[in-house]
Amino acid sequence: MRVIGALLMREVLTRYGRHNIGFLWLFIEPMLFTLGVTMLWTFMKSNHGSSIPIVAFAVTGYSSVLLWRNMPARTIGAVEPNLSLMYHRNVKIIDVFAARLLLEAAGATTSFFVLSILWISIGWMQPPQDILKVLFGWFMIAWFGASLALLLGSLSERSEVVDKIWHPTAYLLFPLSGAAFMVDFLPQSVQKYILVLPMVHGVEILREGYFGSLVHAHYDILYMATVCLVLTILAFAQERHISKKVIPE
Amino acid sequence: MRNVVKQYQTRHGEVTVLDHVNLIIRHGEKIGILGRNGSGKSTMIRLISGGEQPTSGSIERSMSVSWPLAFSGAFQGTLTGLDNLRFICRIYGVNANSRIEYVQDFSELGKYLYEPVKTYSSGMRARLAFAISMAVDFDCFLIDEIIAVGDSRFHERCQRELFEKRKEKAMIIVSHDIQNIREQCERFCVVHEGKLFQFFNIDIAYNFYKDNC
Repeated sequence: MRVIGALLMREVLTRYGRHNIGFLWLFIEPMLFTLGVTMLWTFMKSNHGSSIPIVAFAVTGYSSVLLWRNMPARTIGAVEPNLSLMYHRNVKIIDVFAARLLLEAAGATTSFFVLSILWISIGWMQPPQDILKVLFGWFMIAWFGASLALLLGSLSERSEVVDKIWHPTAYLLFPLSGAAFMVDFLPQSVQKYILVLPMVHGVEILREGYFGSLVHAHYDILYMATVCLVLTILAFAQERHISKKVIPE
Repeated sequence: MRNVVKQYQTRHGEVTVLDHVNLIIRHGEKIGILGRNGSGKSTMIRLISGGEQPTSGSIERSMSVSWPLAFSGAFQGTLTGLDNLRFICRIYGVNANSRIEYVQDFSELGKYLYEPVKTYSSGMRARLAFAISMAVDFDCFLIDEIIAVGDSRFHERCQRELFEKRKEKAMIIVSHDIQNIREQCERFCVVHEGKLFQFFNIDIAYNFYKDNC
C-alpha cells in the first residue's frame, strides 16, 4: 500500500506537474470530454429515442466510456517507463498497474460525480432515482475496465501487437458500448448480440439506477460478473508471468 | 544464494548467465566481486537485491538488503531531486523530512535540490544518487562500480560514508578497481563463464582472474 501510494504521488507529479492547475487535470480533462459530448448530443438531439433527458443520458453514457476505456490505455506499455524503479525490490509490476488504475478510476469517477452534481444543482439533470444502483453499475464498469486493463497491460509486455490493436478496438467499441443508445431501442434481433459486450450491461444497470422506470433496461449481472471474474483471473496469471521475467533497467 | 541459475532469452536462443551459483553472505562481511564486462556480476547483484528473479534456485535474505547502488541512479528527470528523495523514502517507509538535511549536506546541491533532475550535470546526479542511497539504512549494501566516478574529493567522501561510517555493515562490491577491493574486502569472488569462484586471498583471486578471464 505504501509503495502504491508513493507511485501515485509520483504519477501525479510526472503527469500533471506542479504548474498551473496541476493534478486538477486528473478530472478536469475527462470533464471537458464529457461536457463536449453532452453539448454535441444536446444540439444534435440525436435519435436516442424516447423521453429520456439528453443531458443525463450523455453524462451517464460518456462517463462510462471514459471509465472502462481509459484504464487499458494507461496500463498498456506502463511497465517500460517504470523499469528503472524495479531496481527496488518492493516495487512490483502490479504496484505500477495499481497506481495507474486507481488514478484513472479516481479521475473518471470525480468527473462523473462533479458533473452530475453540477447539472443537478442548476436543474439540467434530475437527481438519480436509485443512487445505489448507479454506484453498483459504476463499480461493475470499473471492475470490467480494471481487469481488462490489467490483462492488456500485462500482455502488452509480451507483444507490442496489443498496443496496436487496442486503439482501433477501443475506437470501434465506443459506438457499440451502450453509451449512445439503450438496448431497448435496438431491434430485438440485434439485442442479444450487443449484450455479448460486458460493458453494455454495466451502462444499462447504471441507467436503470439513474432513470428508474423511465427506461427499460436489459442486463444480466451474473453474465457481466462472470466475464469480469474470468478477465481478472487471466490478468493476474499474466501479471505473475511477466513479473518473473522483468529485468530492471 | 542456493543453486541459482539465471538465463536470458536472446535471438540466438537461451543464454545462461549464472549457472548453479552458491553464495552465503554473513553479517558485516565484505565481499569483492571480479569478472569481465558482461560476465554476470551486475546480474548477480540484481538477483541478490531481489529486483530480478532467478530462473531456478533460491535466494534467501535474512538481512535488509539495499538496491544496487550505482551512480547512474534511477531518477525521473522531470521530478526534482527532492521529489526523487521523497519517493525513495516512501517506498522504503522512511520519513523523508528527517533525511533532507543529510542529503542537502552531502550532495551539496543547494537550491538545485528543488530543480528537475534533468537540469543536473552528471556530477550533480552522482552526488544526489549517492546521498539518497545513504539516506535509507540497510544491513547489507550492494555496490556496483560506485567508486569509479566523480572527482577525488567526492571519491573520498563516498569512501568515508561507506567504509568508515558504515564499516560494520555487510557489503558486496563490484569493481574494476583492484586496489579498493583489496583494502575493503575480506572475501573475493570471480565470476567466470557462469560459475562463481571464491577466494580468501586477493592475490590468488586476482591471479585466477588474470589467467582465466
